[in-house]
Amino acid sequence: MLKPMITYFKEIVNGVYTLFVGMKITITHMLRRDVTVRYPRQSLKMTPRYRGHIDLKCDEAGKPKCVVCMACQRACPSGCIKLDGAKAEGAPRKSLTSYTLDFTTCSLCGLCVESCSFDAIKFSKEYNLASMKKDDYKMDLLKRVLEKT
Amino acid sequence: MISSDMIMELVRLVLYVIGFLTFAALNAAYLSLMERKIPSWFQLRPGPVEVGPWGLLQPVADGIKLLSKQILTPQGADLILFKLAPVMVVVPGILCLVTIPFSNMIVARNFNLGLLMVFSFGAFGVFAVLLAGWASNNKYSSIAAARVVAQNIAYEVPMLLVVISLVFVTRTFNLHTIVDQQMGGFWHWNVLNLKASLMMPVAFLIYFICMLAETNRAPFDMVEAESELIAGAFTEYSGMGFGLFFIAEYVNIIIGCCVGTILFLGGWDCPFGLFPGLHWFLIKMYALCFSVIWVRWSFPRTQFYGLLNLSWKILIPFALANLVLTAFMLKLFHHA
Repeated sequence: MLKPMITYFKEIVNGVYTLFVGMKITITHMLRRDVTVRYPRQSLKMTPRYRGHIDLKCDEAGKPKCVVCMACQRACPSGCIKLDGAKAEGAPRKSLTSYTLDFTTCSLCGLCVESCSFDAIKFSKEYNLASMKKDDYKMDLLKRVLEKT
Repeated sequence: MISSDMIMELVRLVLYVIGFLTFAALNAAYLSLMERKIPSWFQLRPGPVEVGPWGLLQPVADGIKLLSKQILTPQGADLILFKLAPVMVVVPGILCLVTIPFSNMIVARNFNLGLLMVFSFGAFGVFAVLLAGWASNNKYSSIAAARVVAQNIAYEVPMLLVVISLVFVTRTFNLHTIVDQQMGGFWHWNVLNLKASLMMPVAFLIYFICMLAETNRAPFDMVEAESELIAGAFTEYSGMGFGLFFIAEYVNIIIGCCVGTILFLGGWDCPFGLFPGLHWFLIKMYALCFSVIWVRWSFPRTQFYGLLNLSWKILIPFALANLVLTAFMLKLFHHA
């Protein structure tokens, strides 16, 4: 008779206590600083290991480092990289004439970046890609890198 | 003949209707904004900030959205009741405000039976929700409405038991007189009136819990339960029909907090005996409103069985104990 009574009151006291613990947690969180940013107006810096689509790297002179060895094109399992180069008169090596990436089939596996022995491609930090047209993702990376420099 | 008294009475009536409709609508609008702001602070985010400075125009945008929606009536619905229910859910709320004394001077009509009136009209709201669910001709709405009724009846009992024990102490139903009895600092407030009953703080807690359940607020929001029941009894309502249920919810919260302030927290009395007035009433009332939102965003929704168990197995026994204790202590110490 007495024992269930005691457990009854114990449960109530314990229940009320835990309710106040919960309320204390929420009220202390209220005083903390926001952790979100207002996205279109503010955005976070991407982490160093973030994988966007690939991008060409340039040397100090602003020329693409690529030597047109075709390693990336061969390494790409989905065949989305197409590049071409030509040796200019008197130049020591080939230089790029075109570099296109079909981002619609790219799976961001990163084999191209890994296969590159000349440190000429990297992952970009682009994550705001949106388009209504498929052709917008057939990217001309050479044009893109030249526009940047 | 039209006397100046009659004109004054008419002006008073019109002012009352306009004033309280505005009060109710503004409160509903800005409490719904706070309903989004406060949980967003709990969750470490800024909440709505885009519409207007600090998101202050968000309720206006919401209102325009609701107004611009088509009002659909489901096939086979009881047309009259379907249209009537949103009105019936708001009207008792507005009526209850008649007798709430906001300060010594500001009260629309000071009834001797004010408290009784508030609770009788308060009980009317559940009827409207039941009608809304039934008139929708949707079995889910009907089931939800039945749950609402079960919940409201279960929580009406402990709430009224607590209020009755309070009326033992105050010996009046007049809300103005009840506040007058508590003037002169927080130690005179009914919530700490341990001379009348040792369980007064518990009584206040029971009142607050019952108020949450009566206004169908989380963790007792079986009416709505967005994630499980879509919108319960209001599923079939669109546009402003739904908006009215929304307004009614906030008006009911306001009334519950007003009554709680008056009965337990000394109405417009200052805790330290300084400058009593409207501002103290509003501070206490909105502090209670904040607690309502605070509770909602702290606890998960209870199960339906848990909800009924809480009422019948814990709240009602405690409310009854409070009633008996109050009667006993009154007989012992205050020979009536």
